[in-house]
Amino acid sequence: MPIYFQSKDIVLPGDLLAEGDYKAGTGTFKEDSKIYSAVIGLFEIRGKILRVISLEGTYIPRPNDVVIGKIVDVSATNWKVEIRAPYLANLPAANYFDKPIDPLKSDIRRYLNVGDIIVAKVVSFNRAQDPLLTTKERGLGKLRGGRIIEMSPTKIPRLIGRKGSMVNMIKEETGCRITVGQNGRVWVSCKTPEYEELIEKVIRKIELEAHTSGLTDRVRELIRKEKERLKK
Amino acid sequence: MKFIKHEIPQKLITEDGLRTDGRRFHELRPIKLEVGILKRADGSAYIEQGRNKIMVAVYGPRELHPRHLALPDKALLRCFYRMASFSVEDRKSPAPSRREIELSKVIREALEPAIFLERFPKTAIDVFIEVLQADGGTRCASITSAALALADAGIPMRDLVSAVAVGKVDGHIVLDINDLEDKYGEGDMPTAMMPRKKEVTLIQLDGQWSIEEFKQGFELALKGCEQIYQLQREALKKRYIEIREQAAKEMGENAENT
Repeated sequence: MPIYFQSKDIVLPGDLLAEGDYKAGTGTFKEDSKIYSAVIGLFEIRGKILRVISLEGTYIPRPNDVVIGKIVDVSATNWKVEIRAPYLANLPAANYFDKPIDPLKSDIRRYLNVGDIIVAKVVSFNRAQDPLLTTKERGLGKLRGGRIIEMSPTKIPRLIGRKGSMVNMIKEETGCRITVGQNGRVWVSCKTPEYEELIEKVIRKIELEAHTSGLTDRVRELIRKEKERLKK
Repeated sequence: MKFIKHEIPQKLITEDGLRTDGRRFHELRPIKLEVGILKRADGSAYIEQGRNKIMVAVYGPRELHPRHLALPDKALLRCFYRMASFSVEDRKSPAPSRREIELSKVIREALEPAIFLERFPKTAIDVFIEVLQADGGTRCASITSAALALADAGIPMRDLVSAVAVGKVDGHIVLDINDLEDKYGEGDMPTAMMPRKKEVTLIQLDGQWSIEEFKQGFELALKGCEQIYQLQREALKKRYIEIREQAAKEMGENAENT
């Protein structure tokens, strides 16, 4: 049962990763008890499960993902939300309000209208039904102020870091408020626009160097240098 | 920019076995491959194969318009092969020609088996192929670079697709024919395959070939595709490896400063 690559190796579509008693995780596929990579990415061994963490790709919704979306349509009891996926998501009014509302009496447009930005959680998504969202949790709902920075959704785990180490470090160093959506949208709100630009710079660096090690330290270094520059 | 004017040569192959561009029978043209050249596309690639210059952009999987084309069980792959009006010697009309529409179809069918389309039901994957300069074998060069652009877009694939055209020129079977050999040779055979399992996804043949010649040509195409496959792999990896090296350097510098 040989494994042909090491963890963190860059693998390409069609690369033979391993033979024998392993499980094909995300970014891989199995053909006659051989496991191959399906995407360009970083190889990862998790016990018996082999995965390839893709370096590129569009966002595909998964249940429990926190996403940042834009309202694009409103009906009597439902919002349509654009979440940078190939599918438009639904946010039913019942998943937004704590109490049931009467669509005949109140216009839900007064709460969320076209163009508004929301943080929401994906409840479900499958091939039969478009993604379903909810905002009934702490920290979810409409976003006011700040700005949205878009990045490659495959690199979001790197921006968050292990148990949030990267994003917490950025928050501490800059004092900004940051909300990360799994769909590759980051909302930031800082004291000054210069700091928001700094965070954009940081995000571009993480995006470019997502597949390298020691990234947190280099990002900290970058933030400190930039802060020095801003003080002058 | 040099002005290239073709003269119809008396002979396509000299006595000492050299072709019009000085190549041996089994030699590929110089190939340059680049990945991720377009910032706004989800995936992109650029190929120079001899005097061919082709740019490919991939978008998707994305929402499909018009909606009624959507397939309930898989993504729709759409290919658009287009030649720039300045890509050939006599200006090509910018309207899509019969040939371009057909090539779009065969290229789509050459790429389709490699992609896990069933992972993205109801969506579209669009591949735009722009031939900036044509010099024979553009469909093969298009497939080679489209496969890279798809991989660059992060679309899951069973394998890359590599393609090359072999031809019959002055009675010889030669690899990777150029424009002159294509026009004045006795036949050509564009071949595309997924190199891992040597699964052929495109094979066309024109001209008169004996069975022996066909076999010889097919063997040659296999070898050519294998060489191109190695170049494709290098091109895909290159960008990421360069960034890694840069990052390592930066870490060294940071360590020195502290």
